[in-house]
Amino acid sequence: MNRMGHSALLVAVMSAFTILLRFLPFLVFRKRVPPYVAYLGKVLPPAIIGMLVVYCLRNTAILAFPFGIPELIAVLAVVLLQIWKHRSLLSILTGTAVYMLLVQLVF
Amino acid sequence: MRNRADMRRTTIRKAFVRSIPVMAGYIVLGIGFGVLMHAAGYGLLWTLAMSLLIYAGSMQYVGVGLLSGGASVVTAILTTVMVNARHLFYSISMIRVYRDSGRLKPYLIFALTDETYSLLCDGDVPEGADAEFYRFLVSAFDHSYWVIGSVLGSLLGAVLPFSTEGIEFSMTALFLTSFVEQWIKKGNRIPALTGLGATLLSLAVFGPERFLIPAMLLITLVLSLLRGRLGRGEAEA
Repeated sequence: MNRMGHSALLVAVMSAFTILLRFLPFLVFRKRVPPYVAYLGKVLPPAIIGMLVVYCLRNTAILAFPFGIPELIAVLAVVLLQIWKHRSLLSILTGTAVYMLLVQLVF
Repeated sequence: MRNRADMRRTTIRKAFVRSIPVMAGYIVLGIGFGVLMHAAGYGLLWTLAMSLLIYAGSMQYVGVGLLSGGASVVTAILTTVMVNARHLFYSISMIRVYRDSGRLKPYLIFALTDETYSLLCDGDVPEGADAEFYRFLVSAFDHSYWVIGSVLGSLLGAVLPFSTEGIEFSMTALFLTSFVEQWIKKGNRIPALTGLGATLLSLAVFGPERFLIPAMLLITLVLSLLRGRLGRGEAEA
């Protein structure tokens, strides 16, 4: 198979398995959601969001300059603004602007 | 009929506003993906096909490497399952929320990315909006930002007119705002801390390339062990 043909096959495979993972729980638990799975569905969202926060910050260098200081300042800005105003868009835009200024101009 | 038209307009407006936080992040990350694809020798149609049909950000970034390296089909399957395993968790926790979604349900499931999940996982629908149409629009707006960004990136090639360094923080900020809102709700703090703690521990042990799967397993294990304590309100739920 030529290179582009093989590439097309890989794209199809990646698409099919991504779709499979997303549909599987809906197909397996279609009739009835077991209490254990329902429990997981209730407690997983806050845990997964916590995991994704760490995931986003996974490459922060805390042992070398700038020691994660831009991330720390921007994270605090987002969290405090969100607790104060509960306006997600405002918190995100402010935090991102703060971070961009810090990494481009300060550090 | 006027009420229905009003409801439709309200739903579109609320869905668009809800999707705005994802817009910047998806367009910028999409541009990055398109630029990478272009550099690897894959043009607009390839980029468009991947963003439409795979629609999973980190997987597509990994996918550029798989395509240009001529990876085997088995490697592509294993990588997809590893990188996207977290989608199983999203789907499990959305079974209830999407239970009564009708003909749009297949698309809602297909388009359940990290970010769309974070916008819809609380199950809330704004007052005066149609629930199914609202969730469909939030999903479709997000999908369109990703596709638009990818196409822009492919067209721009390697030439970017301004410094976007640091704009990827919008993703972090998005998850942080979700985290704060989850934290405020009663009963969510122990799961939230479990997510943070288990992931940090896993990151320390396995390093930034391989910690996600162990973290997910540890989170599931700890939350399962805590079921007796956290699952008390189950009967009423």
